Amino acid sequence: MKAVSTTTILPDWMSDIGDQVLFMGTFARNIFKSGFEWNELIRQCYIIGYKSIGLVGITGFILGFVMTLQSVPTMKEFGAVSFVPSMVAISVIREIGPVIIALTCSGKIASSIGAELGSMKVTEQIDAMEVSGANPIQYLVVTRIIACTLMVPLLTLLADFLALGGGFLGSNIGGHFSLILYFNKAFHSLAFTDLLPSVIKTIFFGFAIGFVGCYKGYNSGSGTESVGVAANSAVVSASLWVIVLDAIAAQLTTILAYN
Amino acid sequence: MADERPIPNDTNKRETADTKGDQEPVIKIEHLKKSFGSKEVLKDASMVLHEGENLVVLGRSGQGKSVAIKCIAGLLQQDEGTCNVYGQEVKDLSETELRELRKKIGFLFQSAALYDSMTVGENLAFPLTRVLKMTDESEIQKLVEEMLDNVGLKEAIDKMPSDLSGGMRKRIGLARTLIMKPQIMLYDEPTTGLDPITSKEISQLILDMQKKYKTSSIIITHDMLCAKITSDRMLVLNDGSFIAEGTYDELENSDNELVRSFFK
Repeated sequence: MKAVSTTTILPDWMSDIGDQVLFMGTFARNIFKSGFEWNELIRQCYIIGYKSIGLVGITGFILGFVMTLQSVPTMKEFGAVSFVPSMVAISVIREIGPVIIALTCSGKIASSIGAELGSMKVTEQIDAMEVSGANPIQYLVVTRIIACTLMVPLLTLLADFLALGGGFLGSNIGGHFSLILYFNKAFHSLAFTDLLPSVIKTIFFGFAIGFVGCYKGYNSGSGTESVGVAANSAVVSASLWVIVLDAIAAQLTTILAYN
Repeated sequence: MADERPIPNDTNKRETADTKGDQEPVIKIEHLKKSFGSKEVLKDASMVLHEGENLVVLGRSGQGKSVAIKCIAGLLQQDEGTCNVYGQEVKDLSETELRELRKKIGFLFQSAALYDSMTVGENLAFPLTRVLKMTDESEIQKLVEEMLDNVGLKEAIDKMPSDLSGGMRKRIGLARTLIMKPQIMLYDEPTTGLDPITSKEISQLILDMQKKYKTSSIIITHDMLCAKITSDRMLVLNDGSFIAEGTYDELENSDNELVRSFFK
């Protein structure tokens, strides 16, 4: 694939944005090209999704557990302990779950993609793929971005559910709720409008994590140092994108909710 | 073996020039310039590669040898000058045209560039399934085994690249490139980092494969034994331009001190 790059007369940050737009265009063009790499997509879904279950699951569980432990004493003062399951459910599913899991995935997945592609670039594997007449964008980039876009929402849903489990354990230490009562209260307080925007925004988070990881890795420099730089800047940029997208999503949700 | 191969003499060279002078060269580079930032790597490089020829390019590190062959393969774009492969200007080709042209070009990278996440067999099958769109598993397996047999590593088919030695990686890299039956081979320092015995084996393998598949090759090397074994003609690149051309013997006895220094 011919290297596309904006001219070097622009400032670095502007040139970087231009390159990202061009990279996005290259990605978009290659999604619908013939010879889609289904096997590689499944392999990436396994690596990105299945292999992240442990980290995401523990993070979600502890998130709910700690949140409950921290809030029960305060809620008790107001005689509102019965609202703890609702509070945990709404805050985890609407906001904290997606953001924390997306940030965790930025650390695990974006860095891994950035380092893997960066190392392939440094060891000329991407050049070898290109010069053989194969399409490295289709094989390496399209599959990883789509796998991230599919897997991050699923991981978030899993983490949300486990966070409720953690919340139950946290509240049950003081013997406040039975399992059925806890989950009844938690789910009763949730509406479809809580879940849908949350899932939609995690799709964008997943896309951003995959895209940034691939962009940083694919465009890394030469030399082993570049691999570290690619991994690091993938995490930083992906985390930043998650926060920015979350702010946009919060604003959009608020506007839509009041109209 | 290497020593048994006659090194082309002056007469042979004249014959080559006369007979191939009328033919359209396989690769023709004219006044190639390429800079990276303020560093001008190629200043005015011109050369031709004729059909069936093994052209060795010598030069100190950082003189632009790899840059020149990357321009030929379309991995880099020159700033000025022309880089013509089979009559097509590489810089002007569309993505699809470039991909078609690359089917005719094989590139052996210095590091062999094997795909880390795939076994040796999968490495070789990769271009067959992605570029030639082959789907018959048994046919792919047969081709992979045949090519591995050619490079003497049939038993390595299920190994991962990390389990291979430097020489084995080069052989597998060569096999992966040749499985596409390219018409042009570009070798980027094929023997660098190898011990003298393995280096000689790889050089001989390059020569054998060239005879078997009748490729035209550009071989970039610092290894004079490799140059002696493989070259029909040699060029010396210095300070961004080709400064000398001739057979191994001619350059060994060149008047130019710098050219002679490669042979010491």
